[in-house]
This record gives sequence, C-alpha cells and structure tokens, in this order.
Amino acid sequence: MDQKIRIRTFGMIAEEIGQSELVLDQLDSTERLKEFLYSQFPKLQSMKFSIAVNQQLAQGDEKIPEGAEVALLPPFSGG
Amino acid sequence: MSDRFERQRLVPEFGVEGQEKLRNSSVLVVGAGGLGSPILLYLAAMGVGKIGIVDGDQVAISNLNRQVLYGVNDVGKNKAEVTANFLRSQYPDCSISETVTFITSENVVDLIQHYDLVIDGSDNFPTRYLINDACVLLNKPLVFGAIFQHEGQVSVFNLGEDSCNYRDIFPNPPQADEVPNCSETGVIGVLPGIIGNLMAMEAVKVLTGFGSPLKNRVLFYQAKTASFYEVQIRPNLKVKQMIPKSLEELSRTDYELVCGGLPEVSWNDIPSQISSEAVLVDLREPEELPKLDQWNPVLIPFSKLEENCDLINEKNLIYFFCQSGVRSLKAVRLWQKDFPQKSVFSIRGGIQAITKIDEHGKTTNS
Repeated sequence: MDQKIRIRTFGMIAEEIGQSELVLDQLDSTERLKEFLYSQFPKLQSMKFSIAVNQQLAQGDEKIPEGAEVALLPPFSGG
Repeated sequence: MSDRFERQRLVPEFGVEGQEKLRNSSVLVVGAGGLGSPILLYLAAMGVGKIGIVDGDQVAISNLNRQVLYGVNDVGKNKAEVTANFLRSQYPDCSISETVTFITSENVVDLIQHYDLVIDGSDNFPTRYLINDACVLLNKPLVFGAIFQHEGQVSVFNLGEDSCNYRDIFPNPPQADEVPNCSETGVIGVLPGIIGNLMAMEAVKVLTGFGSPLKNRVLFYQAKTASFYEVQIRPNLKVKQMIPKSLEELSRTDYELVCGGLPEVSWNDIPSQISSEAVLVDLREPEELPKLDQWNPVLIPFSKLEENCDLINEKNLIYFFCQSGVRSLKAVRLWQKDFPQKSVFSIRGGIQAITKIDEHGKTTNS
C-alpha cells in the first residue's frame, strides 16, 4: 500500500508550492488532497484553483484513483 | 491566380472553401494587447472579412516587450485606433472597425451580437467573466486565452449544446487582488505571442470548420519546460445558475463588484478617532436612515459627488459608505480613475452592516 500520486502545479500555485511537480502518498479524494495541501501550504486557502484527475477536470469532491496524476490549475487573467 | 492567400488555399482541407469562409466571417477581438497583437495581425493577414477591435487603453512604454502591434512612436495613443489604422493600411481588403472604449455590462451585447465569433484577449477577471456570460447568453462561439508570466491557457467555448464555457473550468471569479495581472507579476514577451497565435488558429478553425477546435478541452502551456498539458472539461450543471438569466440581468450586473477588485474595509477598521488626514463620507440621500451618530461623516449624496469632490480631496485618506455598500464601491472606482493618488476605501455592507453602536462608540457587524 505505498501508492503515490503525482501532482502537477501551474501558475501561482506552482509559485506558492515552489515546485512544478510533487509526489505524495496516496490520498483518496480531491477534498482530502485539498486538506493536505492547505495544511502544508496555508496560503493556498485564499487562492482559487481547479483540480484535474488524470487530465479530467473534477467537479466537486472526486475520487483519486491509485497512482493518479493530479493537476492544480489556477485561472490566469493576463492578456 | 496568385494573390495574398495563395499559400493557404493550397493546404488540403482548407482550400478555396476555407478562404471563402474566412472572407465571409466577422470576428470581434476584445483587447488589443499582448494576446490581441498576434491575433489581430494574423486574422487580418489570413483574410478574415470583418474584424472588430475593442480597447479603451493607451499604449504604454512597458507594453512594448510583447504588444508587437506598437512601437515607441505609439506611446500614449489609443490601442484600438493605432491597430485599426495599421491593419487598414496593410490589408485594405479587410473591413476593420475600432471601438475606443472598454467593454462593459452596458455595451457588451451591442458590441458582440453582430459578430460570428468573439476572442477574449482581455487582461482582467471582471472582463473575462463578462465576455463569457454574454457569449453564453448569445450562443456566441468564444475563443479564450490567458497568460501568467511564462504559462498560458487556451480553450474554445459555446460550440453548441453540450459545449463548455469558462465557468465550467473556473465557476467563481477570484478576487482581483488574489491573481495579479501582467503589470504586477511580469510576463516573458514571447509568451502572449505563443498563446495568442494558438487562439488565432482556433478562431480560424471554428470559422472554417478546418480540423477540430479545443471544444471541451483546455490546453495549458508551460514555457519553462516547453510542455503542453491538456485537460478534458464537461458542462457543470451547477454553474448555470451563476450566469445571469437574461441579457437584461447581464446589463445590470456589475462584474467589478462580482470580482471584488476594489478596496473595502469593515466598520471595525475605522479608528474611533479619525485622523485629520482622513474623512468619512456618507453618500446617502438626505432621507435615508438611520443617520450615523459618530465620526462626524461629511454628507454628500452620491448624485452630487462629482461636483463636490473638492470638499473631500483636501484629505488623503477617504472612507465612503452608503446604505448597503454598492454606491460606495462605485465612488471608490471613480476616485481610483480620477484621483489615483488618494487612498480610498468603501465600507463593506454600508450602514446596514452596523447592527449597533455601543456606548464606547464600537460598532458591531451584522
């Protein structure tokens, strides 16, 4: 049971986390992942971002399959 | 016959037919900045028949690392005007029309309704949500793109019944101070060139039927690693309710308020003794109650604000309040535009946010 999930970060989220990629122990839902990220990176709580699991955008709390790739996607405003 | 479109007519599946479709198409480009520059240059070069440009902004020297439509001699001039004149001289066969204002809730429908396709090259969330919602209500295809430092995102919205829109990716607008724009975080000059050109390509695909556009997909680009990342999106039933129900409701929606980009404070942030450098302004009409019985506010109804601005501008720190906090936000916006050197705040929730003022002069927020 030492499955890992791979996290890809974008934009300001990458800036805040300080890395464009993270490998974490398996968390089984996007809400659990958010809780974990908020505890490690409290500033994320005030930042908006969407989550994609295996390149599908999550709507609300979604299951994270074993070994999934998860992307943290903030909106950009620049033009 | 050789003409300026010969080389793209030769492309299989594009051909004479694709060129004809472009010639009969109309596109509105909102924002003639970093994204707008390549978009407008290529759409005109490729022969889109009618191009509209909306931008109320002026060229600044700091734009020139990425806004390749402009040079040092254009600084201070309106972007839509400079671009329209340039494109007319380069490509007289394109019909170009410029609108020298920013897009707003009031003018958005008039501006976009007669075009086949809209391209969002704006640089702020209120405008992006406004354009998105208007295009949803008008069933107008929308090419979306946005940038951050060295990353970008691109998608195409409203391509029929099961097609996503911006709110399916990001349902709620962030607060404006949460996500800074290019002027605050910087941007690598070539980045909007890459993202803008992806947007122009998608626009050409939608207009001509060439290939398959980024429908229900968002493409992310990261320049540092030269990587693209594609995410599938699907319509989110919950976000439907966040979009105004009608064009009438849209025209009454204040997207800057929705996106909360203006400085607000609560009553608790007002010191019990206001300094001599500060002033508290009650923007309500004389008949509105209850009156505030502390801090000695200056009474200037919102309807008479502009003629009385000298009364307030003796001070450098200005707090506006009204009944519910809407007029005070509008006042803040006026001041930010006309007197940017002043520190101005709106008091959140207005007088209605005060439930009681106790004997120590402390207010309690409801």
